[in-house]
Amino acid sequence: MAQRQKILVLYLATSALDTAVIGWAQYDGLGGTSMTGDERSPPYKTGVAALEDGWRLFQASPLLPHPPGIEFQTSYLKYEFWFEQWITLPDPETVGTAGGASRRPEAEMTSS
Amino acid sequence: MKLTSAQMAEFVAAGVLGFEGLVPDALNRRFIDEAEQVLTPKPASITEAYRLLLPSEVLPKVSPGVSFGAAFRDGHILKEIFSLPKVAGLIDSLVGPDARFDHHFLHLTLGQGIGDPRTVRAQHNHQDSTIDPRQAFDIQLFYFPQAVTFEMGGTRYIPGSHLRVVSEAAIARYQNLLGQRQIVCPAGSIYCFHMGVWHGAGANRSADQRLLYKIRLAPNGPQVRLWNDEDLSLESDASRPIFWSDNLRQDPVAERLMRLEPWYEADTGRLELINRIKLWRYLTGSPQADIDYWMTRIENEQA
Repeated sequence: MAQRQKILVLYLATSALDTAVIGWAQYDGLGGTSMTGDERSPPYKTGVAALEDGWRLFQASPLLPHPPGIEFQTSYLKYEFWFEQWITLPDPETVGTAGGASRRPEAEMTSS
Repeated sequence: MKLTSAQMAEFVAAGVLGFEGLVPDALNRRFIDEAEQVLTPKPASITEAYRLLLPSEVLPKVSPGVSFGAAFRDGHILKEIFSLPKVAGLIDSLVGPDARFDHHFLHLTLGQGIGDPRTVRAQHNHQDSTIDPRQAFDIQLFYFPQAVTFEMGGTRYIPGSHLRVVSEAAIARYQNLLGQRQIVCPAGSIYCFHMGVWHGAGANRSADQRLLYKIRLAPNGPQVRLWNDEDLSLESDASRPIFWSDNLRQDPVAERLMRLEPWYEADTGRLELINRIKLWRYLTGSPQADIDYWMTRIENEQA
């Protein structure tokens, strides 16, 4: 069965997964990728809330020491968490028609 | 008409100062008319639009590094705009009276139904130029000659992002951040950005084309107390009690410099405050200046 990946990137206020989301991005293998700046509120309040909704965490930022001399320099967002969902597409051959009308196949989410 | 210390504190904290309707309608109309004369008949694509605009006289070709005062001939629409007392005062307050010209550009986004639909995408967040860890800073003026509605996709920016040292489009994956803003403004508005502010053009979902003139200016000397600093009170700002604080005190400069942005990480927000104080020391020419004891505490080597 064909599958498509959906990616959710959450930026949190601390390294703890149960702290607040301060930034986010979504990329959708089904074509629903949103444009930068289009959303005012995050899809989840915390990283744990994303887990509870079925997202699978597959990468988290490491905690790195602060290089001498630039301890106070700020740069990229520090607490980045990558989540995924795999969407299984229905087999086109099993998707029939009813009453002569075509039916759009419904995708199903699976955990991987 | 120079900036106040309160406005300078806003610039140091947010990296942005916005002035709505600063340029009179007659100048806005003239600027738009000069551009539209070149863009008539309406170009079929953004590529075609710039093929017409670039050889035109809408903007002069100016070498980087020349004196800003010599960049525009007398009578040019932009010379008149930059000579407006509030615009000149804004520039003088931040980069001084002998600023250097870096570059300028006329940004154009076509309305819906015109040209290549790919241009309807919003631009990713980015920081202009390249990695730039200077304490001194350039400014970028964004002049909107026409009213910009939300649907027209005015510039999006992230307040308080200017002191983060990043490499241009490396931040492109940050699609949304708490507290992000999109400029919606009346005609003649000018926004002044610190060079480091994260920003991007919004998608123009309207039927109208959107014009934005942008110019980058650099200082040619120390940016120390170039503004009207009569309202500056460094001693008072440094002495306000912390944690067990005095609610009756009024410290607008200190309060603004210490206000966190909602997208800051809990610990990194404190580093942002420290970096703001460092910038404030540079601007005030006061290497001991402090607010809320952030610098004094970590500089105490007496023990």
